[in-house]
Amino acid sequence: MSRSDVAERTDMTEAAKNLRAVPYRGGGFRPGHWRFVGPLVFAVLLLGWEAGSRSGVISNLVLPAPSEALEALRQLVETGQLWLHLGASLQRLVIGWSLGVTLGVAVGLMVGLLPLARAGLLPLVSALFPIPKIALLPLFVIWFGIGEGSKVATILFGSFFPTVIATYGGVDNVDRTLVRMGQSFGLGWWSIVRKIILPGAMPAILSGCRISASIAIILLVAAEMIGAEYGVGAYVLMAGSLFATDQLLAGVAMLSVLGLVVSWLIGRAERRLLRWRG
Amino acid sequence: MDLLLRGISHRYGGTEVMRDINLDIRRGEIVCIIGPSGCGKSTLLRFIGGLERPDAGEVLLSGPEPEGSLNPLTYVFQDFALLPWRTVAGNISLVLEDHGLGKQRVAAIIEDVLARTGLSEFREALPRQLSGGMRQRVAIARALAVRPAVMLMDEPLSALDSQTRELLMDDLVSLWQRERFTACYVTHNLAEAVRLGHRVVVLSRRPGQIRTVVEIDMELSERGPGHPELEAIQSQLWTLLRDEARAADREIADVAE
Repeated sequence: MSRSDVAERTDMTEAAKNLRAVPYRGGGFRPGHWRFVGPLVFAVLLLGWEAGSRSGVISNLVLPAPSEALEALRQLVETGQLWLHLGASLQRLVIGWSLGVTLGVAVGLMVGLLPLARAGLLPLVSALFPIPKIALLPLFVIWFGIGEGSKVATILFGSFFPTVIATYGGVDNVDRTLVRMGQSFGLGWWSIVRKIILPGAMPAILSGCRISASIAIILLVAAEMIGAEYGVGAYVLMAGSLFATDQLLAGVAMLSVLGLVVSWLIGRAERRLLRWRG
Repeated sequence: MDLLLRGISHRYGGTEVMRDINLDIRRGEIVCIIGPSGCGKSTLLRFIGGLERPDAGEVLLSGPEPEGSLNPLTYVFQDFALLPWRTVAGNISLVLEDHGLGKQRVAAIIEDVLARTGLSEFREALPRQLSGGMRQRVAIARALAVRPAVMLMDEPLSALDSQTRELLMDDLVSLWQRERFTACYVTHNLAEAVRLGHRVVVLSRRPGQIRTVVEIDMELSERGPGHPELEAIQSQLWTLLRDEARAADREIADVAE
């Protein structure tokens, strides 16, 4: 076959066979990067709300304008009340949550590692976990006093149980071949726990931290609403009973920011501790 | 130091998986164990290293442990078993930390084994950044760091693609040339067995028994892919195994290997 023959043949087939591109079907189902959309939604919502309040579409009695809530917040800062409330709340949150998580990780490790502890503690954990801890607050008041003790205890118990469950789940999921490897190199029991089990369970422990932190914030506010002089929860309750809805919104905004900060901190911890996952 | 296996038998539940295995692993030789899947090769290796206990029989050590050996019986695993959160150097340091050697000594050993396995430039890399072949090289370096008397290798090349496998086989051969290590090497790959084994132990299917032991009297360095004598041995082994493998293939599994 000569070269011109080939050329002729391709010419002919191209015309005759109706050449077309293969349709692309692989799009979608992939997380994209829309960085500015989140803040934009926030801004549009707030602006619309503000405009609605100013034009009278939204009654001030029902929902105060964002600017009024901001003003209430500014007053809080000026009178120094903000730090009083926030400081009291943060202190309870940090103490209660860190104690709860520490104890939770310790007990979770025991449940995960010791069959006897699992047999003894797991039913107990399963029975106590679903109790709304706020229902126990009156009991905690009797046990630990009306002051800080009962509030810290509520938060502690609230963050303890999810941490136990996350930790022992994480321990269960640690790759057994890694444990065998440790044993085969003659590593001691404690070395295996510290260097293989604990880092291997760390992703689960950290996602448990996320859950327990949000539970802790909810319990913080609930406990402060029941009886506290200072604290964001007490402030919100007081504002609500005075129908000072602008202050109430200011308090709620504080809680939202608190939640965001906590989740950002845990995100940072995750990036630091789980860098190896890439 | 030699390893002596005496009358090893084992059952999982009601199933007999191994029957009366007797085998000596002598210093400086590589013993390959081959057999159809489910014949208990890996279980046997776990018995040898003391990770599991057989129902009957015993594994004996004879002769003094080599001087400076931190872990006489050391495994190399099929799936590498590297800690993903530790760097290459960190993974090797893991197996040295419990021996109270002191920081400098540990650092020196790490430096030495990384140099011997050609991994020095990867010391700060994480396992996920390495290819499968490199990961297994790290695992071999880790094994060398504790100066093993016997290396227990559980299908060390089975998780790798065939090209990487060739490269690592060459590495193992040159490593043996230099260090004359003792190894018990479990594999289902006949080509690996005839390339690396001074003796090849053929196990039958469940219950695993030693069918035959083939001695290959040829220097490791002289062996290579496509060597006629090796090809002949390999096809002889395959003849031995074919029916077993076929029967094992058709078995319904009720025990974990």
